[in-house]
Amino acid sequence: MTLALDKPRSPRRPAARRSNFELASWLFMRISGIALIVLVLGHLFIMNILDGGVHRINFAFVAGRWSSPFWQMWDLAMLWLAEIHGGNGLRTVINDYARKDTTRFWLKVMLYVSMVLILFLGSYVIFTFDATIPAN
Amino acid sequence: MTATVSEKAGSRGDLPPVPDGAVTVALKVLRFNPEVDSEPRWETFNVPALPTDRVLNLLHYVKWYIDGTLTFRRSCAHGICGSDAMQVNGVNRLACKVLVKDLMAKGDKPTSITIAPIKGLPVNKDLLVDMEPFMEAFKAVKPFLITYGNEPTRERVQSAADRERFDDTTKCILCACCTTSCPVFWNEGSYFGPAAIVNAHRFIFDSRDEGAEERLDILNDAEGVWRCRTTFNCTDACPRGIQVTKAIQEVKRALLFRR
Repeated sequence: MTLALDKPRSPRRPAARRSNFELASWLFMRISGIALIVLVLGHLFIMNILDGGVHRINFAFVAGRWSSPFWQMWDLAMLWLAEIHGGNGLRTVINDYARKDTTRFWLKVMLYVSMVLILFLGSYVIFTFDATIPAN
Repeated sequence: MTATVSEKAGSRGDLPPVPDGAVTVALKVLRFNPEVDSEPRWETFNVPALPTDRVLNLLHYVKWYIDGTLTFRRSCAHGICGSDAMQVNGVNRLACKVLVKDLMAKGDKPTSITIAPIKGLPVNKDLLVDMEPFMEAFKAVKPFLITYGNEPTRERVQSAADRERFDDTTKCILCACCTTSCPVFWNEGSYFGPAAIVNAHRFIFDSRDEGAEERLDILNDAEGVWRCRTTFNCTDACPRGIQVTKAIQEVKRALLFRR
């Protein structure tokens, strides 16, 4: 016969078995936010202020930038971080404001579908951009 | 009809004499009688008030001498029991800790004070809300000493510095001012609320307690501390001056760095 003991002589319960998703998403918002300050402000500075600003942007300008893997990665990081940062923010807004479970579910479905579409389209363009097609 | 008259009259008979220096205050109360009303409605009472009166005195005046059906909670009336939390001029306060002189209109303008039940909990009648959802969240964080192993043969000793660590959160009186001032809590069932986290903090940072992991797990959930938006409504509302938002951030930090 075994003796039934509640928590037998264990000073601490084993570590968390629950999900750390909310913790991770909270942390992601802070870190991506800091990264986006650099990425977005840098992007705006290059696009709008440096060397005549927005007026010099044309197909050749984009083609020139994306010939460098550095700017490809810059834009890719900006795309993913901004999209997930904004999407996660909207997820919290939906959680806060949607009153019915069905409303919340469908709003989130719309949000996630739009996020996947934008991330796919943006990444697709960055990776398959062809500078040799004729610019009109 | 005498029935109607006796129903409306206060519980203590005739109006008392108006004291010297009293001004008439328009007390606008958000009332709700579930047997009659489908929606809450505003009712205004003109009440003579001294600047040194507390808002609770005005409610007493209404209940005792004007309309005995006005329903609200109060027990000690001195800011200790935490029964009379309500919205006074739109912010959560204990009615027994707000003085009329602090709500007086400037100059000769007539003073009007609005009283409404605390938000986010079901209203039973007038200013009386159902505290059960609030208490459920409180119970969920296990607000009691958890220890494992053999009980010590003498008291559990704690240094003054260890006691100081959670001193602020021992002051909570569970009045629900903080929780019902939180915009995230207003969406029902989505958040434990500041008061539950304050009471979890009180044990998580207690050197004698061994249940910190359990409580942190509970607060790590979707309804836990990560829903906090640091709007500081709770810190502003707390009648005991607890730094509620700070306590919530300390729990977040404990979750981030616990391993």
